[in-house]
Amino acid sequence: MARIDLDLAHSYKPNPQADGDYALLPLKMTFDDGGAYALLGPSGCGKTTMLNIISGLVAPSHGTVSFDGKAVNTLTPQQRNIAQVFQFPVIYDTMTVAENLAFPLKNRGVAPDRIKQRVGKIAEMLELSGQLDTRAAGLSADAKQKISLGRGLVREDVSAVLFDEPLTVIDPHLKWQLRRKLKQIHHELKLTLVYVTHDQVEALTFADQVVVMTRGRAVQVGSASDLFERPQHMFVGHFIGSPGMNFLPAALLPGAPAGAKTLGVRPEYVTLAEANAAGALPATVKQVQDIGTYWLLTAHLADGSAVRARLRPEAAVPAAGDGVWLGLAGTHTCFYGENEELVAGGPSAGPLPSRPAIPLGDRPAYSTGEGQT
Amino acid sequence: MKPVNQKAWLLILPVVLCVAFSAILPLMTVVNYSVQDIISPERRVFVGTEWFKAVMRDEDLQGALFRQVGFSLAVLAVEIPLGIALALAMPAQGWKSSAVLVTVAISLLIPWNVVGTIWQIYGRTDIGLLGATLAKLGIDYNYTGNATDAWLTVLVMDVWHWTPLVALLCFAGLRAIPDAYYQAASIDGASKLAVFRYIQLPKLRGVLVIAVLLRFMDSFMIYTEPFVLTGGGPGNATTFLSQYLTQKAVGQFDLGPAAAFSLIYFLIILALSFVLYNWMQRVGTADKNAEAGHG
Repeated sequence: MARIDLDLAHSYKPNPQADGDYALLPLKMTFDDGGAYALLGPSGCGKTTMLNIISGLVAPSHGTVSFDGKAVNTLTPQQRNIAQVFQFPVIYDTMTVAENLAFPLKNRGVAPDRIKQRVGKIAEMLELSGQLDTRAAGLSADAKQKISLGRGLVREDVSAVLFDEPLTVIDPHLKWQLRRKLKQIHHELKLTLVYVTHDQVEALTFADQVVVMTRGRAVQVGSASDLFERPQHMFVGHFIGSPGMNFLPAALLPGAPAGAKTLGVRPEYVTLAEANAAGALPATVKQVQDIGTYWLLTAHLADGSAVRARLRPEAAVPAAGDGVWLGLAGTHTCFYGENEELVAGGPSAGPLPSRPAIPLGDRPAYSTGEGQT
Repeated sequence: MKPVNQKAWLLILPVVLCVAFSAILPLMTVVNYSVQDIISPERRVFVGTEWFKAVMRDEDLQGALFRQVGFSLAVLAVEIPLGIALALAMPAQGWKSSAVLVTVAISLLIPWNVVGTIWQIYGRTDIGLLGATLAKLGIDYNYTGNATDAWLTVLVMDVWHWTPLVALLCFAGLRAIPDAYYQAASIDGASKLAVFRYIQLPKLRGVLVIAVLLRFMDSFMIYTEPFVLTGGGPGNATTFLSQYLTQKAVGQFDLGPAAAFSLIYFLIILALSFVLYNWMQRVGTADKNAEAGHG
């Protein structure tokens, strides 16, 4: 059990010059003891690198990793007492399921009675009890991944359990089941869990705090509702939600705050408005799709920018080609500045709440380049 | 009723002819000799299974067979562990890896009879580096006079010549293990020994079966190296099966017994190949199923 602090940057190249040379740009981040975190971002955004730096499989090229305030840069995963589960199941072919689960404990010289007890408990949690004496090699992919998960959870004194897209190879219906299991295990064991994924649903349902990453930067840390209601960066607005946030030039509507270049409004908050209503703009409907629980309306404004709106099923829906007025300004409208970061807006309007945990502008001394925009 | 069409026989006829000409007929010639006593090219007598009975009772042959089995087992006992150890010690990447690979493979490029000649000179106490060094150290080493020395020299020569093959196969096998296994083992706190025992060795199983098969069959048919080095001596300490056969067939011109023995030799190799091949197939499919399980 430990609080994990990161204050580092990492490059796989020996002599990084531009931002593009970094797998992880300089960042500061804290994972609190006992929290459930998700690292969310597209492929290649640096989330697996961050995970491997926490576990000790990769040493950061700049800065420090500390556990409970002590730097652990040079310690091995074993010394850090980390458990990690990988994307593809890793099992020891020649061992039975029980021996696989017992392996991390056996290597640490835990007493046989205790091992048996722990293995029994974890097997029960993961519903592997019936297969304990089967050889692991012949099992299905999801049973194997359950064994990998079990090996990560079997030690009770771990600093943290890290998951690197562990459900990629699992069938969709089992994914839900396993994710619920993980959540349940988190409640029972109070372990620090860090979960890497590129699936927003997975991240938002699993974690208390989601770290959204893109191109080596962590652009926002927050709860599901923070990410939805007040995306701190245009990338978050675009990446979270289905479909993502609408972005329009801020100048289209009067009354944009100073420094705002782009206006962002989620399709959920775009409304059909009266003609000439305040905060509304005229548009031409291009397409209306029935998505089942809602209508998805796509319309073009006078300047050609596309706006999508989610309309409730009972709403009177216009047809393609109709002229409508769309309400875009409201308490849920966000404004973004030159650097794609939030300058104003969101439901708790007024002054911005505390800055994201990573002060993006406030680069440590070893920063070598300017921020990407 | 289905119409019967025998034309397919015509289509396989070329294959039948080729195989008959290249394999079946030569083998049948040997079978033919094995049941006759050839007194002169004109005079031959049918003797039935007499030669087979005689060969099976032949103590020299039994001796050669035991020596052969002992030699092959010794070859495997030394070359397989040594090859694995070498492969584990070889650098995995970079120019060092290439340099080591080339160096290790050198002995594989040397023809059999040259290997024999190299060791014949190398082991001589008057002009050979190994023989002279051993003599200087006060070890009484003489591969032409002492049966144990001769046997050991042939064994060491084979180890020198063929261990690199095992090492290269294992090296390839080791490179095929995904990094995630080593990462998981490091997370699980496995020792180096545990990594070898539970990851590397199980993952090498496939290539090791091939290495064992190749080295067993090859060493079971060894002929050239001991022939060049010791000529099968001293006495018959290094006379292995194929050399014994040559002595019979070419040296003494005992075509009947030699033919009978050839067939027995052939059947032994066939039986062993069959057993090893099936074992290999089973291991292979087990692996494949396991891989398929990964999705």
